[in-house]
Amino acid sequence: MMSIVYAVLVLGVMGLLFGLILAFASKIFAVEVDERIPAVQECLPGANCGGCGYAGCNGLATAIVEGKAPVNGCPVGGAAAAEKIAAVLGVEVTESEKMIAHVHCSGTCSNAKNRAQYEGIEDCLGAIRVANGYKECAFACLGLGTCEKACPFGAIHVVDGVAKVDASKCTACSKCVAACPKHIISLVPEKNPVRIDCSSKAKGKEVMDACAVGCIGCGLCEKTCKFDAIHMEGNLPVIDYDKCKGCQMCAKACPRHIIEPWNTPEKIKELQELKAKQAAAKKAAMEKAAAAKKAQEAASAPADK
Amino acid sequence: MTSILSIALGAVLINNFIMSQFLGCCPFFGVSKKIDTAAGMGMAVTFVMGLASAVTWLINTFVLVPLGLGYMQTVAFILVIATLVQFVEMFLMKSMPSLYQALGIFLPLITTNCAVLGVALQNVQNDYNFLESIVYGITGGLGFTLAIVLFASIRERLAASADYPKCFEGFPIALVSASLMAMAFLGFSGMKIW
Repeated sequence: MMSIVYAVLVLGVMGLLFGLILAFASKIFAVEVDERIPAVQECLPGANCGGCGYAGCNGLATAIVEGKAPVNGCPVGGAAAAEKIAAVLGVEVTESEKMIAHVHCSGTCSNAKNRAQYEGIEDCLGAIRVANGYKECAFACLGLGTCEKACPFGAIHVVDGVAKVDASKCTACSKCVAACPKHIISLVPEKNPVRIDCSSKAKGKEVMDACAVGCIGCGLCEKTCKFDAIHMEGNLPVIDYDKCKGCQMCAKACPRHIIEPWNTPEKIKELQELKAKQAAAKKAAMEKAAAAKKAQEAASAPADK
Repeated sequence: MTSILSIALGAVLINNFIMSQFLGCCPFFGVSKKIDTAAGMGMAVTFVMGLASAVTWLINTFVLVPLGLGYMQTVAFILVIATLVQFVEMFLMKSMPSLYQALGIFLPLITTNCAVLGVALQNVQNDYNFLESIVYGITGGLGFTLAIVLFASIRERLAASADYPKCFEGFPIALVSASLMAMAFLGFSGMKIW
């Protein structure tokens, strides 16, 4: 019995003593921390994802207070966090555009051809080790979920053999962009609907053989764009989002239907109907013009006689 | 005097805490990317280990043993070490903020660094007296510093000239080089001092 009492007493006294020492030490060695840093950190999401390029939320908060990072440095918190931080620091927010990750591939199970059956490790990296993946197209999303595993926010999921980003959950932290071994994920502005859904830099015929919808590099989108915002780079169009006005003409012009938003089956159908209507209207107009001409000719003919 | 010398040499080379006892591997891998931070970490660990051996020896000899509380060693020692680490952390934050920044998360981790607890427990096991305990603690820390600085220089070199397969990049090659280093330190194991 006594030994228990001793043990409790000894450890209790030791704990008390050390606690007191630490309490005094914290007074003596107190460092003045800029009180705005914890205040700014309060406004940040606290996920410590590193999407801002600093080591965790504390790093970014320190950098913001020191003026090394902009108040909207946090891609996850977005405008809401930026506003709060700006209120804390008493500065103006410079508007930042919300970005989201986008998988540039439409090679779903029905669209992209497989050249082999892969039964290895359920990971894109593993599949690439085996003869650069199992799909005919060397640029196609393998759909084995390396990005899905990398996403800390559960915003990316493989649907029908291709990774899809859930825009409402995506925070543009760039984890998937770095994780994708095929390098087919990039950040795009969320506001602008126009996106290229193919990453194939192969020649047209190869793409035709490998995928039902891949970009054949025809360059129609480049020619259609009135704002000089889309350019072909190695058989693949690249959109310059600074110039793009979101008129969606390129998406309508694409013969392979791989430019969003005009790439879903419903939209394609709508587009075809629209084109048929336009063609019919054109035809009708031409017939009308021809009839009018004929009538004019007929009217002027008797006068000649 | 000879016993002290043999304890010191033994702690640094023959029974090196990392290389032959495999204690304190967490900071060994975590803070060994740059020589500067590695040396800083080594110094912090040496400081904590020396201080911890002194305080734990005093507590063990004058409090625990007389009261027959030898079985409370681990708990009491952890208490001492945790306090010391907190103290060192405050001290560094005040006097050497750059080192504090560089050590980052690993400073609080010294609390759970088994090399520090190991030195305290081994002092008791080996029946060292006060002076011997302090010497064992400090030289053990110096052995840790030696190992981590050597390892950091190897890793800096590896990062600069990557002459190994790409899949070994980062931790794999670090583990391989650490095991090679441990094998090299094995060469000391047969040594006898006086």
